[in-house]
Amino acid sequence: MVNDAARNVLPEVPDGEDPHVSLPDWLTEAHRYLADGPGEGRTEPLSGAIGGRHYEAHARLSADGDVAWWLIDATDRRLAEETLRSEQERAAILTEVSSTLLSSLNVPRNMEATVRMATRHLADAALLVAPGQGRRFPLTYAHVGGPVTQVTRAIDPNTLPGLAEALQGFPPVPTRWINPDDIPSWAIPEGFEGPVGSVIVTPLPGHGVPAGALILLRSSTERAFTESEDVFARMFAARAGAALSAARLYTEQATITATLMQELLPPQLGSLHGVEYAGSYRPAQDHERIGGDFYDVHAGADPSQESLVVLGDVAGKGLDAAVLTGKIRNTLHALLPLAGDHQQVLNLLNAALLTSRHTRFATLVLASARRRAGRVRLRLTSAGHPAPLIVRADGRVEECGTRGTLVGAMPAVSVQSVETDLAPGETCLLYTDGITEARGGPLGGELYGVERLKRALAECVGMPAEAVVEHVQMLAAQWLGQGRHDDMAVVAVSAPRTGPPTGLDGHAHDEGPGDPEPPGGPAGTRERNGRTA
Amino acid sequence: MTEPGDATTEFRDRLWKAVLGGDAYTATDVLHDGLDAGLDRETLLLEVIGGVQAKVGAEWAAARITVAQEHAATAVNERVIAALTPRRPDRKDVRRGRVTVACVDGEWHALPARLVSEVLQLRGWQVDYLGAQTPGPHLIAHLHRTDPDAVLLSSSIPTRLPAAHAAITACQAVGVPVMVGGRAFGPDGRYGRAFGAERWAPDARAAAAALEAGLPAPDPTAARQAVDDLPHLADQEYTMVVQSRPQLVKQTLVDLEERFPPLRGYTDAQRERTAEDLAHTVDFLATALYVDDARLFTDFVTWTADILEARRVPARSLLLGLDVLGEQLHDFPRAGALLREGGAAVATRSDRPVPDPETSA
Repeated sequence: MVNDAARNVLPEVPDGEDPHVSLPDWLTEAHRYLADGPGEGRTEPLSGAIGGRHYEAHARLSADGDVAWWLIDATDRRLAEETLRSEQERAAILTEVSSTLLSSLNVPRNMEATVRMATRHLADAALLVAPGQGRRFPLTYAHVGGPVTQVTRAIDPNTLPGLAEALQGFPPVPTRWINPDDIPSWAIPEGFEGPVGSVIVTPLPGHGVPAGALILLRSSTERAFTESEDVFARMFAARAGAALSAARLYTEQATITATLMQELLPPQLGSLHGVEYAGSYRPAQDHERIGGDFYDVHAGADPSQESLVVLGDVAGKGLDAAVLTGKIRNTLHALLPLAGDHQQVLNLLNAALLTSRHTRFATLVLASARRRAGRVRLRLTSAGHPAPLIVRADGRVEECGTRGTLVGAMPAVSVQSVETDLAPGETCLLYTDGITEARGGPLGGELYGVERLKRALAECVGMPAEAVVEHVQMLAAQWLGQGRHDDMAVVAVSAPRTGPPTGLDGHAHDEGPGDPEPPGGPAGTRERNGRTA
Repeated sequence: MTEPGDATTEFRDRLWKAVLGGDAYTATDVLHDGLDAGLDRETLLLEVIGGVQAKVGAEWAAARITVAQEHAATAVNERVIAALTPRRPDRKDVRRGRVTVACVDGEWHALPARLVSEVLQLRGWQVDYLGAQTPGPHLIAHLHRTDPDAVLLSSSIPTRLPAAHAAITACQAVGVPVMVGGRAFGPDGRYGRAFGAERWAPDARAAAAALEAGLPAPDPTAARQAVDDLPHLADQEYTMVVQSRPQLVKQTLVDLEERFPPLRGYTDAQRERTAEDLAHTVDFLATALYVDDARLFTDFVTWTADILEARRVPARSLLLGLDVLGEQLHDFPRAGALLREGGAAVATRSDRPVPDPETSA
């Protein structure tokens, strides 16, 4: 028996005795199970397709053993559920794509992650074509079950339908327009089990300009891309493109910064003309590598000539201060021929700073060093800077008597130079006030101060220059703990303690004239009053 | 550490003498003699230089040399390494991938990381060695720029462990696997595991072997916070102890003065030293709270007691200090328990030689 409504659904069923013949298999089977089997065990509604729509079947047993089947049209609900599930899956995929790609700012890594996820979720194989230089394009290949490979190769984008357009940012060519047979061999990852059945070529939208194009391939044994998959591939590509563009922008900026910063970074110091130099710099902001402190060592033309050490501190910190340190360093470099007269150098620098658009001033120390007869002759001039400290062989720590006014503030600079000798094993330490004004300590909030620095240096007798520098920086850092700090720069100038200067650190070495001389002897300090401007 | 053979022992002893005398020239000669005697560079780096450096650490731990002398010795070793290895390795020597080696922020002991870098370079890796105390932002910027196969993080001082944890999760969040090494992570690498590092390596050779075997890539979408690895941090004891460190030290000094009369006669320098010792104790207490491991704290306080006695300061003062700290932290059950365990360990410690970190390296 079928009622009228059922007749509409099952027009084929005859009104006779044996309706089974033309009922859908799933319903017939369910009916047999119910009629012959254990009976009312099943509670879940049965469901299945009838004529392109989806029905739920509910059975009711009557007392005489007949079964009445209620068929309920569930097509729309099922469609809604399927759509929801696929949307949830897609949302999960897009979340994965975003968080994976957001985690890195490295372009090759992001390209690799993109094709890897594309083969996991969208296609059997994927190829990412990044914007090329000339005819050479960075290509990233992946296919299911294979490794990701990255190569840069000369290709002609016009040989793959839709690629040239995608790379220029035109709207993507509909998938159905691309004939899989037109795919050139370079677009197919090595090891991909062909032949290609269907293809999507989609641009990776970037910041105004495309970040590349993504090519998705399915082998002919798989089903072809549907229109909705085409749409989803574009959503995937949009996220990948945004991440790739961000990574590319970051890389470009980082490269520019690195190039510009190269000139501002403190130099590597070592042994020079029989004198040891070491320097260390810790900028105020840990995420920056440069700041308002600087140092340089300019080699004398030959071992008999003085080398010039400069250490200074520009008012302020961060990038602005660093730019001015660059200017000062360049100016001083140009003034090297006059380095015999510190006063003159400082006055010329002062004039240059006063006429520049910067309103900042600076303090600095100049130290001219020359090795003579085993000792190091030093000429020191401070322009408003903390006085250098000298660690003598007997453990005394002397504050050098040079003093003067800062540069870049007054019309003229007034300084007093000091001359002194370093005996073998003795060290002269130039430092910026970031060290002595480090605030912290076990009780918190206390200044490190010159006295603590001198006590620390008293333990550094005879130490190599780089060990003194590292020791001072470590003590200051430990004093600070987690606290904020100013830029901190330290340079040590040492008279080598033992042995001839040989090729220890890979530098070419020059013997100081009159070397070697037995170590020891009185630390001859011969301070004299410099001239005052 | 591998038991060095007779040949390396000889060179190690000679290098030790040169390093102790601050004599970089002789030290370099020793290493060149070693090369001439047929020792390979890896053996010289690890058994000879590494052996001497371990001894430097042991001598410092036993208070037989000062921190400044430790720095001087390390500087000599650094120079020797520079002299031993070609400054610019041949590009064609790079047969393997690229790795980054760095010390945790605030970690000044760079030599172990330097030795690992040199060994990896000898074995064909392209190594970016970032050196001592690498701030987190530098490290991550470097990873974004170079996309290495792995990061090797070194830390020797236990109090840098929270910083190490932060660095590990940051590296993993950008998708780069992390291998940790160094004394700070414990003799069995337990803290490296607790922090979710992909690997822990007890020494340079093990690190090389682990790299050759390959490290699993972390899942960058599984980014996490410290408290996800260490749920006990939710009790805020670590946070409170770190934040109140200056007040804790100040108050403990005041209270100690009442209960430990000799302190009243201390000079300013001695008083500052006591304050530094207390600050150190609070740092280790905080770290033990962070990793939730009493042993980290008891090891430190028993070592401190030994050092104090070497400085002729009775261990009783340390016990008093722990008591006073415990009174100030009475609201913190985990800290209180740690302080009690520390006190018990100091009180019951037998007369024993000063611990030798070489055995736990």
